[in-house]
Amino acid sequence: MDDKLVIRGIEFKSRLWVGTGKYKDFKETARAIEASGADVVTVAVRRTNIFDGKSENLLDYIDPKKYKILPNTAGCYTVEDALRYSRLAREAGVSDLIKLEVIGDEKTLFPDNIGLLEATEILAKEGFIVLPYTTDDPVMAQRLVDAGAAAVMPLAAPIGSGLGIRNPYNIKIILEQAKVPIIVDAGVGTASDVAIAMELGCDAVLLNTAIAGAEDPVAMAEAMKHAVMAGRLAYKAGRIPRKLYATASSQIEGML
Amino acid sequence: MKLILNGNETEFSDDLTVADLLKNLEIEPLRVAVEVNLNIIKKCDFERHVLKHGDVMEIVNFVGGG
Repeated sequence: MDDKLVIRGIEFKSRLWVGTGKYKDFKETARAIEASGADVVTVAVRRTNIFDGKSENLLDYIDPKKYKILPNTAGCYTVEDALRYSRLAREAGVSDLIKLEVIGDEKTLFPDNIGLLEATEILAKEGFIVLPYTTDDPVMAQRLVDAGAAAVMPLAAPIGSGLGIRNPYNIKIILEQAKVPIIVDAGVGTASDVAIAMELGCDAVLLNTAIAGAEDPVAMAEAMKHAVMAGRLAYKAGRIPRKLYATASSQIEGML
Repeated sequence: MKLILNGNETEFSDDLTVADLLKNLEIEPLRVAVEVNLNIIKKCDFERHVLKHGDVMEIVNFVGGG
């Protein structure tokens, strides 16, 4: 069964996308990502170590030929910064993909959706494939699509919180209206959270802390791989409706 | 000449191109993006873009992130 995720003609092998932050070292990063089966990895854009140009680099461990590199604009609180980081990311990398973040608040890391919308529109016009990180707001999701977003990435819960999907009903509404892929980004804590996102019908899940912060990141990465696959299969299979009362599984006919 | 390189005031010889500077710093050009005075210098221009005294230059690359 062909069930590939496609965004603007780019085919993705995996519906699990993973971040590369917060790992103990690059070796652990590489092992966890391998175990996750993800073919998309997110990265941040930061100053190069100019005092030691030969120092180890993330891309020594994450082969850009094997993985699609998705740069983010994490840490950007203004439209200007988000645009600057996006343009630098495109120049440093090989694709037009950008995970657009315009952060509005330090404590929650919730997005500044007004700035996000503005930046999405500008970058889409510049030919970027914009994947904006936003709140789980169906109206905002629609506005982002109108502004040129190639996919919309609503949060499950605050970044790194591990709270799981706080508002599955909003995610469901976003999915019903969606004309682009919907990727839950941020806030999942464990495999069941990922499975729930996929069972709702999300096209993919992007996570970082849930794996990197687990006691055994490699084992959690594998758990997440299975959760995405199980959730997707369950979604495609079509779950039974929820009912208040029982329906017997064994027939009555033939009973003594 | 003096450059502000990644926030550090640094002394370099005159008439350096971006490519020369990256070579001096042993930085792999394919993995970075370079900005001079807020303008991105495309990789194809690294060889011909000559740096000037007082330029504010940023060299960035990808690091771990979510």
